[in-house]
Amino acid sequence: MAIREDFREIARLVRPGSRVLDVGCGEGELLELLAQEKQVEGRGLEISAEGVSACLSRGLAVVQGDADQDLDYFPAGAFDYAVLSQTLPQVRNPRHVLAELLRISERTIVSLPNFGHWRVRLDLLTQGRMPLTRSLPEPWWATGNIHLCTLRDFTALCDDLGLRIEACAALVEGKPARPIDPKHGLENWRAELALFLLSRNGAPPHAEPRRSGELL
Amino acid sequence: MGDGDTAPAIDEGGGVISFADAPLRLDSGARIEGLEVAYKTYGRLNADRSNAVLICHALTLDQYAASRHPVTGKPGWWDRVVGPGRAIDPARFFIVCANVVGGCMGTTGPQSINPATGQSYGLAFPVITIGDMVRAQAMLLDRLGIERLFSVIGGSMGGMQVLQWAADYPERLHSAVCIAAAPRHSAQNIAFHEVGRQAIMADPDWRGGDYASHGVRPEKGLAVARMAAHITYLSEAALQRKFGRELQRDGLSWGFDADFQVESYLRHQGSSFVDRFDANSYLFITRAMDYFDLGLQHGGVLAEAFRRARDVRFCVFSFSSDWLYPTPESRAVVQALNAAGARVSFAEIRSDKGHDAFLLDEPVLHAALAGFFNSAAQARGL
Repeated sequence: MAIREDFREIARLVRPGSRVLDVGCGEGELLELLAQEKQVEGRGLEISAEGVSACLSRGLAVVQGDADQDLDYFPAGAFDYAVLSQTLPQVRNPRHVLAELLRISERTIVSLPNFGHWRVRLDLLTQGRMPLTRSLPEPWWATGNIHLCTLRDFTALCDDLGLRIEACAALVEGKPARPIDPKHGLENWRAELALFLLSRNGAPPHAEPRRSGELL
Repeated sequence: MGDGDTAPAIDEGGGVISFADAPLRLDSGARIEGLEVAYKTYGRLNADRSNAVLICHALTLDQYAASRHPVTGKPGWWDRVVGPGRAIDPARFFIVCANVVGGCMGTTGPQSINPATGQSYGLAFPVITIGDMVRAQAMLLDRLGIERLFSVIGGSMGGMQVLQWAADYPERLHSAVCIAAAPRHSAQNIAFHEVGRQAIMADPDWRGGDYASHGVRPEKGLAVARMAAHITYLSEAALQRKFGRELQRDGLSWGFDADFQVESYLRHQGSSFVDRFDANSYLFITRAMDYFDLGLQHGGVLAEAFRRARDVRFCVFSFSSDWLYPTPESRAVVQALNAAGARVSFAEIRSDKGHDAFLLDEPVLHAALAGFFNSAAQARGL
């Protein structure tokens, strides 16, 4: 089976042997890829029973839970990376989830569809209906995306939360990732799917002691 | 299933080990002299002693996890999980299952002879805890030459022992699996147990716990205790599906016979239970469960219990229809393990079979267990 382009890019970003939390890990394709290619110590968080049992029977470590609630229980700096691949628009409180991810991980990788893409804008303008595109293939009544945003929306949220965008790339299925400046107005038209590498602003890497033993 | 028939193919062992030299020190401060532990084993310990799995049993079960029960003649209570081709395969693991302290299948319990008096303990048996059960298991493993377990696994009270193992002996564990359990007994849990104990003590044949010397047994009381408890092991949906309002015979008796099939079923559960279980054991073991509060043992912070267990690979399961130890109890364990920085997996298995689902045919659970053990075995180099 073809590997999703954002998974490839995530695998490129992750340091070998690091501790990775995949939020919304589905059936564990990304965790398996990262374990094979980067020997990461992977953990998953997944809400669906089907996804969790698929992960467990593959031998992956996964917790059945809800990103909106269960991230709060992890200690600060528990992971080197947290990954949120196309899951952020599906959570109830994206701002809280993003802030929590950057509390519990040193770096967070987020991929999300850009609602500012020209096809989306054109569809809405000409058809007057919710757009159906390659990165947003489901009709409004079937999609799990309840908090769609544009690149500009997302970078504004990062600024607001004091997050540093260390890298950003536009992704198109079947093509190599294209590094972009997400704050550039033109990219908000061009990028269909974007992937961000985020860290806390000002906080030097490894500021918090690893495995600090912080308990609730 | 008929799996008990394949038992002769497995390497089976066990017996009773006596600890004449060292007493079992109890949480209450008391001690048990001359402790005996009855156990069964399946499979063989490998050369580097790294493939041992300890199975912890539930309240009314025993060491016969994968072999025919000597009293009932029924196949092992966990032969869906333990056995050839199962998640815990004796071809791969050395499996140990011991009767808990306070039990009535060979390990020292209230039926045993009190060395101080030469009589059966009865109520003079010391109150025991889950921690005491685990300490006795650790003594058994010492004697069997097992320093570190590949895994410790159990459901219900067995799951409580697993959590206690993780708190008390984390360095002796590579992995741990806790199924359908809780980090402490809730008010409702204690309440149901109290109903059972009162039923036993209200039976005139209980004789203040001294029934053995009178040559009687409080069978009625113990049967009622079992009937009440058995309802908590099933879900409303499972009871309805199994029995509905179906009658035993055509028409009502207009009296108090077992008109409904569910009544007859419960009466059978009660009366068959008394053949294989001791009433005083029931009192002491339910008390141990009621006293269990792992967080309280660690300053009221459950995560503290797992502070030293970071390197243990955990797997926690609950069942969606279990109202005895509902999912939030398991979730509290998972959150505490996460807070402690342990590697934990957790799944709520969808089932309408209630608490007893851990003993029943649950393919999703069995596949998940196999996956967990495979990956843990790989990490252990097995």
